[in-house]
Amino acid sequence: MRVARLVPAAVLTLLLVLLALPGVAVAQEGGGEAVRGTLTQPPEEEGGEPTPVEGVDIVVATQAGEEVGTATTDAEGAYELELPGPGDYSATIVVDTLPEGVGLRNPEAETLEFTIRPGQSRPLLFPLGEGGAGASGRLGFVLQLLVEGLKFGLIIAMTGIGLSLIYGTTSLTNFAHGELVTFGAIATWYLNVSAGIELIPAALMGIVIGAAGAGALDLGLWRPLRKRRTGLIAMLVISIGLSLLLRYVFLFFFGGRTAPYADYVLQEPISVGPVTLSPKDFVTVTLSVAVLIGVGLILQRTRIGKAMRAVADNKDLAESSGIDTERVVLFVWILGGGLAALGGVLLGLDQQVGWQMGFQLLLYMFAGVTLGGIGTAYGALFGSLVIGVVAFLSVLFVPNDLRIVIALLALILTLLFRPQGILGSAERIG
Amino acid sequence: MDWEVILTNAIRAAVGREALVFALLAIGLNLHFGYTGLLNFGQAGFMLLGAYGVATIVATFGGSLWLGLFLSILLAVVFALFLGIPTLRLRADYLAIVTIAAAEILRFIARSPSMSGITRGSFGLQAFADEFYAINPLPAGSYGIGRVSFGANDAWLLLVGWGVVAAAFVVTSLLVRSPWGRVIKSIREDEDAARSLGKNVYAYKMQSLVLGGVIGALGGWLNAVSIQSVQPDSFSTPITFFAYVALIAGGTATLLGPIAGSMIFWAILSLTEGILRGAIGAGFIPTTIMDGNQVGQVRFMLVGLSLMLLMIFRPQGVFGDKRELLLDAR
Repeated sequence: MRVARLVPAAVLTLLLVLLALPGVAVAQEGGGEAVRGTLTQPPEEEGGEPTPVEGVDIVVATQAGEEVGTATTDAEGAYELELPGPGDYSATIVVDTLPEGVGLRNPEAETLEFTIRPGQSRPLLFPLGEGGAGASGRLGFVLQLLVEGLKFGLIIAMTGIGLSLIYGTTSLTNFAHGELVTFGAIATWYLNVSAGIELIPAALMGIVIGAAGAGALDLGLWRPLRKRRTGLIAMLVISIGLSLLLRYVFLFFFGGRTAPYADYVLQEPISVGPVTLSPKDFVTVTLSVAVLIGVGLILQRTRIGKAMRAVADNKDLAESSGIDTERVVLFVWILGGGLAALGGVLLGLDQQVGWQMGFQLLLYMFAGVTLGGIGTAYGALFGSLVIGVVAFLSVLFVPNDLRIVIALLALILTLLFRPQGILGSAERIG
Repeated sequence: MDWEVILTNAIRAAVGREALVFALLAIGLNLHFGYTGLLNFGQAGFMLLGAYGVATIVATFGGSLWLGLFLSILLAVVFALFLGIPTLRLRADYLAIVTIAAAEILRFIARSPSMSGITRGSFGLQAFADEFYAINPLPAGSYGIGRVSFGANDAWLLLVGWGVVAAAFVVTSLLVRSPWGRVIKSIREDEDAARSLGKNVYAYKMQSLVLGGVIGALGGWLNAVSIQSVQPDSFSTPITFFAYVALIAGGTATLLGPIAGSMIFWAILSLTEGILRGAIGAGFIPTTIMDGNQVGQVRFMLVGLSLMLLMIFRPQGVFGDKRELLLDAR
């Protein structure tokens, strides 16, 4: 399968990992903090060489607005600037120094904000393209955000369905659901990077481990608690304690860094119209859609799926109709854990694997699930897609690091005007 | 291992800055969770507002420390209204989701480069509390017994801090025993019953949320003043759960519970940290299993685990009364 394409990609990956990726030991040996990069113009025709762009100024400033210095690209298009120390900086490309006919591919991204860790030498990318960006450039940017938002929304949906179904079947608001995501991603990382198994079989094993872990949690913790008739609020607090415990267990073993998987890290992007995506993005989207359709079929067609919807709809009625609710709940946990693990792998492929990745996703999950209607499977799917797109499109109006604020605002607006969610059924309290 | 140092450090921790700050956070949570049954998981957010309220006023805008105190309280009130208006009419766990999210959002905003003109991003703000130490009436010297002694400035802070804790204790004691207190407890037990007696449940919940939040913000204000530094990442979600563990350990819905709990909590944390570090230093724990940097991580694990175990086996805490904890779990 596409071996011919994968080999150069792998060599390139290795080279670029050594040269460029943050957090790699080689990059830290230099000691001083620095920022660097290469400006190139995309080739005129398919398969051509990119041409370096010389003599472009890039101004770096501290967060407080003090200028640190200006770097100018050399004949290879490369630039480098040493920084006074770790911290948050911003780099602005001086558009006037760009040659005629060359412009930023994303005209909004004149200034990039970045964080430097101690000893880190960080690469910065200013993608260049055809100059004269106007309405079409902006439209292209919006389309790009839309596609990336959909991709993110699919990941939220995949992880959120488990959260929603667990709530629907047991009324537990599971604050430790993000840790199921991290667990799957980290298990896969160890199989992939430490044990050297190729990512796809490693991910399959990771999903099985994630599903088994979630099942074990239900059998070992939640089922006994339900037997003891522990109150819902007590269970909610227990899930928070579990989340904290697991998160720091991950930190203890995995460490505080973020790390990429060994395969498919850097890929030649493919452009479709104004939208640029790497092959793994296409795989992520296709796979997510396929898996979500599969989950839909399980819920709609199979016996256990119908039982799950029945228990989520009305537990007492389901029980009195002869459904073994405990078995259904166990299956929900296993399904939710497997989906969370897959979502974690896809998220780790898109960004990187880290000990907090699931916890950071939890807010988006809650926002998506609540927007769609907590307790329902299809609502979670729909709401998550909306939240993913809204969060990414909000970059048009707010800084990138604040898009999570928009997700929260969407959540609060939902609660104000339609607390049962778009697909949920109304239930008035108070 | 030097047991004398480990034990005296634990005593210092029990009366120190953290213990009093978390006592205030826990008193606030006790009003929310213990007496009203509100699930506020964003106490770290109230603490952040208390800290940044004073830090930005003094360090960024050059105002007075006391104006900062006023702003801290005002911000906490606004934050409580912002959280309460959409959620307090809904099922209890919506407040939990929104508070945990909103506290994180505040942290993201505080560390965002786009806000650096005011908050200086992840660097935070420093050296803004000289005014507080300038009015220190204590003459220079050492106050305390033996190893458990504090310099004049620390002693002044502890004096004021525990004074605020005592005031918060008196206020909550009076409130909880008043007719107002009986209403919020009845909301915790059965919201519908309280409503059927004509009580405006929504308003009572909101008052409790605001009051507890303001007490938490006072804790944040004191913390910022005592270390003269605020950094956004010191207000992450685990802070809230530290306060929860302190509250539940001491006894939810008891008046002295949050204060005793916070002192016990910090003494135990200091004790475990001292023992772990001592064991690593003496070679009882090989560094291949755990090194000094990982001791702090074990602390968080212990907090998570104790939160689970307390809720499973002793939800009323060490001193609590189980009958006081019939939360209306919907």
